[in-house]
Amino acid sequence: MALLKLTINNRSYSADVAEDTPLLWVLRDNLGLVGTKYGCGIAQCGACTVHLDGKAVRSCVLPVSAVGNGKVTTIEGLSEKGDHPVQKAWDEVDVVQCGYCQAGQIMTAAALLKEKPKPTDEEIVATMSGNLCRCGTYHRIREAVKVAASKSK
Amino acid sequence: MQTLENTSRRSFMKLAAAAGGGLFLGFNWTNSSALPVVVEAGQVAAGSVNFNSYLSIGIDNIITIISPNPEIGQGIKTAFPMVVAEELDADWKLVKTVQGNLDSGAFERQVTGGSGAVPHSWERLRKAGAIARHLLVEAAANRWKVPALECTTDNGKVFHKASGKSLTYGELAEDASKLTAPKEVKLKDEKDFKLIGKSVRNVDNHNIATGKPLFGLDFYREGMLFAVIQRPKAFGFKLKSVDSKAAKAMPGIVDVVTFENSVAVVGKSTWQVQKAREALKIEYEKQADLESSEDHNRIFAQLMQNGEGTVRRKNGDVESAFKNAAKVITSEYQCPFLAHSPLEPMNFFAHVKEDGVELVGPTQTPDRARAEAAKIAGVPPEKVSVEITRQGGGFGRRLSADFVTEAVHVSKLVKAPVKVIWTREDDMTGGTYRPAVRYKFEAALDKTGQMIGYKLRGVGMNAGNSTREDNFPSGSVDNLLIDSVDHKSPITTGPWRAPITNFLAYAEQSFLDEVAEAAGKDPIQFRLELLEKAKKKPVGEVKYDIERMIAVIKLAAEKSNWGKKKGVHQGFSVYFSHRSYVAQVGEVVMEKGKPVLKNIIAAVDCGIVINKSGSLQQVRGGVVDGMGHAMYGNMTFKEGAPDQRNFDGFRLIRMNEIPEVDVHFVENGISPTGLGEPALPPTGGAVANALYKATKQRLRNQPFIQEPSFKGIS
Repeated sequence: MALLKLTINNRSYSADVAEDTPLLWVLRDNLGLVGTKYGCGIAQCGACTVHLDGKAVRSCVLPVSAVGNGKVTTIEGLSEKGDHPVQKAWDEVDVVQCGYCQAGQIMTAAALLKEKPKPTDEEIVATMSGNLCRCGTYHRIREAVKVAASKSK
Repeated sequence: MQTLENTSRRSFMKLAAAAGGGLFLGFNWTNSSALPVVVEAGQVAAGSVNFNSYLSIGIDNIITIISPNPEIGQGIKTAFPMVVAEELDADWKLVKTVQGNLDSGAFERQVTGGSGAVPHSWERLRKAGAIARHLLVEAAANRWKVPALECTTDNGKVFHKASGKSLTYGELAEDASKLTAPKEVKLKDEKDFKLIGKSVRNVDNHNIATGKPLFGLDFYREGMLFAVIQRPKAFGFKLKSVDSKAAKAMPGIVDVVTFENSVAVVGKSTWQVQKAREALKIEYEKQADLESSEDHNRIFAQLMQNGEGTVRRKNGDVESAFKNAAKVITSEYQCPFLAHSPLEPMNFFAHVKEDGVELVGPTQTPDRARAEAAKIAGVPPEKVSVEITRQGGGFGRRLSADFVTEAVHVSKLVKAPVKVIWTREDDMTGGTYRPAVRYKFEAALDKTGQMIGYKLRGVGMNAGNSTREDNFPSGSVDNLLIDSVDHKSPITTGPWRAPITNFLAYAEQSFLDEVAEAAGKDPIQFRLELLEKAKKKPVGEVKYDIERMIAVIKLAAEKSNWGKKKGVHQGFSVYFSHRSYVAQVGEVVMEKGKPVLKNIIAAVDCGIVINKSGSLQQVRGGVVDGMGHAMYGNMTFKEGAPDQRNFDGFRLIRMNEIPEVDVHFVENGISPTGLGEPALPPTGGAVANALYKATKQRLRNQPFIQEPSFKGIS
């Protein structure tokens, strides 16, 4: 066990956990940030996607000790009022069915748009194909990313 | 639109009471003969109720509606309140929806399964809204001293046109609560619907997009322990001995307990219990055959040939029909076991106390969860409470209560509140799969290409009746025999979205494509001729609506421009399941010598569409699900142990693999039926038949990607 300091959503946290604990479980079990979901534990489904220094990472396979001084953003911290263009587009397009995968989808999409504000259709599909949606909301996920891209500055 | 999530009934009542009085309408969602009763706020707060669910209107104009059925992604939590709000003429922006907890005194059918909630509750919900509206109008008429007939309602207000007066529902709620509810009430003419049929966004969109704790796995409580469970690693094993010394010594571990064939590692965090589980030393012994997939293939062949079938339907004289046939077509189709794979794995919270049990979590059958918990805890069912969380998919998996009973066992043994969590590997290897099934179809054609005989045998692995004997083409064929044989396998099975029909529809619709071709007929024309026959000269009982089936077929043909698109290979499929009718056309285009599935056109008759947006999603999702599992889904076994353990081995469809899905609804004004399942069954057939048109290769086994013929074309 080790007392680790973390910066998440621009706030400081500390957690007394084994160093190999995946960031996902520290977020959920220790810090009460349960918006980040567990789906597979092997970086196959993307439900656990968070941003580490602005880049999308799979928190289920990222040992918390590897975070270091990196800045973590979770779905709870993507925007203050839930009004990030991607979050707004998700509502406008009415993407969700069960909703379980959507935090991960939104975080993946937000990281893509940060890197490429105007992605091509192919880039959207290539990036978003890393995230599973068991309900099959893919058509609207694709549309919502386009809507968000069209509205970002 | 605001949403209150996970509000217990008690706190809902408090909230309602805190609103300072108003109209509380208890209405029976389940029993149409029961009369709605108006009660006062005080009564509700005191819990003195002998009726079922509550619609409340506060003086602040907020209308709160409890949705009793579990939400697993089918959109019920949005659709149910829409129906109430429609008849009420409510202002949708002021409607709050609350997920109801289990309350059998109040609700009869708190189940999510069989696409049954909407057909079951449609009239009841409408009545609830209409009665509340009636009372509000009466209250306004009394206050204004005008006839109620002169009053109208719109958007949460009552109007009196002649005097120009208006009052909000909130202003009238208290007066209305003192009136007697009418026994009968006039429902709206469907042409006057303002909300039903529109696209209304999911009521939980904001909470989901901002990561609020909604799901079972998100439930945490102070002092709660975490548990993972080691179940036998192969179907057919039972527990022999456990050495838990090393696991118990690991950090954060509170206890290791054993019940039935399970070993539970209990501790202070999810990761710690997962790690400690790896340190368990467990011995198993055989208690049944350890079956491999090769065994299943052998068993299928044996039972297909020699199994003693249970006859499901028999019309005419099949033997003579086949003897006299000009042509006989025979074909076999097979599908594998499938895991359900809801993205939120199984989990449940249980706290077994001296005098009762508290349960919280994702379940499609909260009443079953309660009954099982009561048995284990040794308390009467009324001492078990069940809070229903939002659920990260279900697909039938959460109809079982195995994960609930585990939580109850563990909580009872360690005397603490416990959340049992299944890892993805646990979820995928834990059974209750879609059963593997093999079908043999035989058709007899006469010289003119008429289908005079039809035989179907289903052989299943724990599938029960693997046929749906009264579905089309039954009723249209003079001589017909449908039977089934079941093998009792140690591999556990359970309902999987659109049970049986999720595979049967594909097999049957592919086979009918084969028969149409052998008869030299267009696949759609062939089916229409059979349906005309069933209409004019029905053979035995016809348990589907022939006209509705014809209508979706024609709509799909029209919207796909059937047979008229150059360079597009179209495949057809139609199926009736769970009270709804769906026809689909798959479209394949050859690109660089390879077939590419471009589009699926779906024509859907689910009666009145309640929420356009949600319904479109259900159909698209059903098609994507049906296609994904037909293409890729596969569970295989070696000596009783599943070969696939996670999404690296068990392939789910991804965004880059989906076709466009073009959805059209039949507008017929018929009372609505469910949509959680009916769009899925026809998809495999539409895809396989379109690929056949393009490649002349029949795909007779799922998953398609493992078919030798598919390898040649992909």
